[in-house]
Amino acid sequence: MGNVPSAVKHCLSYQQLLREHLWIGDSVAGALDPAQETSQLPGLPEFVKIVEVGPRDGLQNEKVIVPTDTKIEFINRLSQTGLSVIEVTSFVSSKWVPQVAAGATEISVFGAASESFSKKNINCSIEESMRKFEEVVKSARHMNIPARGYVSCALGCPYEGSITPQKVTEVSKRLYSMGCYEISLGDTIGVGTPGSMKRMLESVMKEIPPGALAVHCHDTYGQALANILTALQMGINVVDSAVSGLGGCPYANGASGNVATEDLIYMLNGLGLNTGVNLYKVMEAGDFICKAVNKTTNSKVAQASFNA
Amino acid sequence: MAAMKKALPPRLVGLTFFRAVSTSSMGTLPKQVKIVEVGPRDGLQNEKNIVPTPVKIKLIDMLSEGGLSVIEATSFVSPKWVPQMADHTEVLKGIQKFPGINYPVLVPNLKGFETAVAAGAKEVAIFGAASELFTKKNINCSIEESFQRFDATLKAARSANIPVRGYISCVLGCPYEGKISPAKVAEVTKKLYSMGCYEISLGDTIGVGTPGIMKDMLSAVMQEVPPAALAVHCHDTYGQALANTLMALQMGVSVVDSSVAGLGGCPYAQGASGNLATEDLVYMLEGLGIHTGVNLQKVLEAGNFICQALNRKTGSKVAQATCKL
Repeated sequence: MGNVPSAVKHCLSYQQLLREHLWIGDSVAGALDPAQETSQLPGLPEFVKIVEVGPRDGLQNEKVIVPTDTKIEFINRLSQTGLSVIEVTSFVSSKWVPQVAAGATEISVFGAASESFSKKNINCSIEESMRKFEEVVKSARHMNIPARGYVSCALGCPYEGSITPQKVTEVSKRLYSMGCYEISLGDTIGVGTPGSMKRMLESVMKEIPPGALAVHCHDTYGQALANILTALQMGINVVDSAVSGLGGCPYANGASGNVATEDLIYMLNGLGLNTGVNLYKVMEAGDFICKAVNKTTNSKVAQASFNA
Repeated sequence: MAAMKKALPPRLVGLTFFRAVSTSSMGTLPKQVKIVEVGPRDGLQNEKNIVPTPVKIKLIDMLSEGGLSVIEATSFVSPKWVPQMADHTEVLKGIQKFPGINYPVLVPNLKGFETAVAAGAKEVAIFGAASELFTKKNINCSIEESFQRFDATLKAARSANIPVRGYISCVLGCPYEGKISPAKVAEVTKKLYSMGCYEISLGDTIGVGTPGIMKDMLSAVMQEVPPAALAVHCHDTYGQALANTLMALQMGVSVVDSSVAGLGGCPYAQGASGNLATEDLVYMLEGLGIHTGVNLQKVLEAGNFICQALNRKTGSKVAQATCKL
């Protein structure tokens, strides 16, 4: 804006910028620097749990195959950031027992609010998928393994177009009653906007307590943070994201996918919400994985902070 | 995931989700929003590659056909400072001036104003800041001194019946001072408004703001200036622009600045992005059922055109999702 002499390009050193605007100091990981600029909006939750899906949802949608060593290093780095949930599991099939044998402490089941999506994705109707999940979730609970439910296409479907909030509610309620401790509502193709997010959540929250809900917003149309803000304003306090915004969109060639964890944390920090996560360490993990898969980060915070 | 078949042409998938939403569902959102397109000025000004005059003219003409009602055409500043805007007179004279569309131009001082008017300008814009240090580094004077300079321009504009839009930089943070108090922003806004600016665009110049800080700033400003005279100009340097804009809409602001294809980087953070992309903004507003008058498809075409001319990738996620690689 205005006239900008070239001298201003070097007005802030990298370290100074990080200290002042990214709230990184000597404080304990995840704790907010008292000198920071934050402002809590009334009605927002005090604590937000971030579910990091980069190693699963993110890498799964990246073209480059990542060597196992790199994946392990990536997950190890993420484990040191303060993130309390890092999703590393792949799809649960009826043959899920090997995953448990491999030491899985939690499983996920993937439903959808669209019949067409369900059919194309897992080759069965929503009803059939629920029956299968019921078996899986019951067995898991029997072994004291919690199950998280995902509902894809919560704000729109690449095949059916609009999805009614009622359908999302029906599927979510089914997953919740069969024993999923948390339902992650996914805007799979990122077409949602704050209005459709609000309408969907209003419907779902009539049947499921907000404490058992999460939102999983894709940033395909740049709407993710605005949609997440809306969800927070409605009382949701669990948000899925992927470091570096890993993962494209299989439905829109060249489009972006997951919302970047760094950008999410930046917003939550600015709102004065506790996450327990150290943004700087997440940025370092993001830098690591982007170099490993040879791609530029999708996180704007990372772009702005790691000078080209 | 299993292999995907596309039921709809990819570029149309996102566009099928527009449908009217009862405004009562979002409380106090405005029924319509005026978008001020700053791509040809703020956007191009911050692009490295110099854009030839005919390309600038074509971009503006394409945006005019896109239904935008305000398109900031150019800046009458010294070419020494902003070489990209050296062709300001040719651009302003060369564009098609559609009836019902305003083409404001930036003027740094009285001399710039006079040159602009001679070139046919019917609306101008002036630039203030909520930070003393930023003002000093940018235009080499204090905020108070800048008001004195503006005064000359505003008086001349009033005599010539030319409306003046005021910009305030650094409303949510400054690259030199860091935090900026909402009270300071309110003070500067009130001053520009009382001096005769019909609208004040509040700019998060380095994109550091987040929704709570936006709310605090607007709360302070709205105690001094009516919401209808305010606009927000959010930069997307940290990915916060749309969320901040949504907050501003919830507070009653109904004028939003944006830049086609998210043109313009950030001079303070090398490699970072700059303006909020018009396409992404329109997508959100249409999804909310808010009237903009903008034809998204045509704006996408304008964005595609200028990105090809600049040999750069679009900064708009909507464009990325709807245009085949």
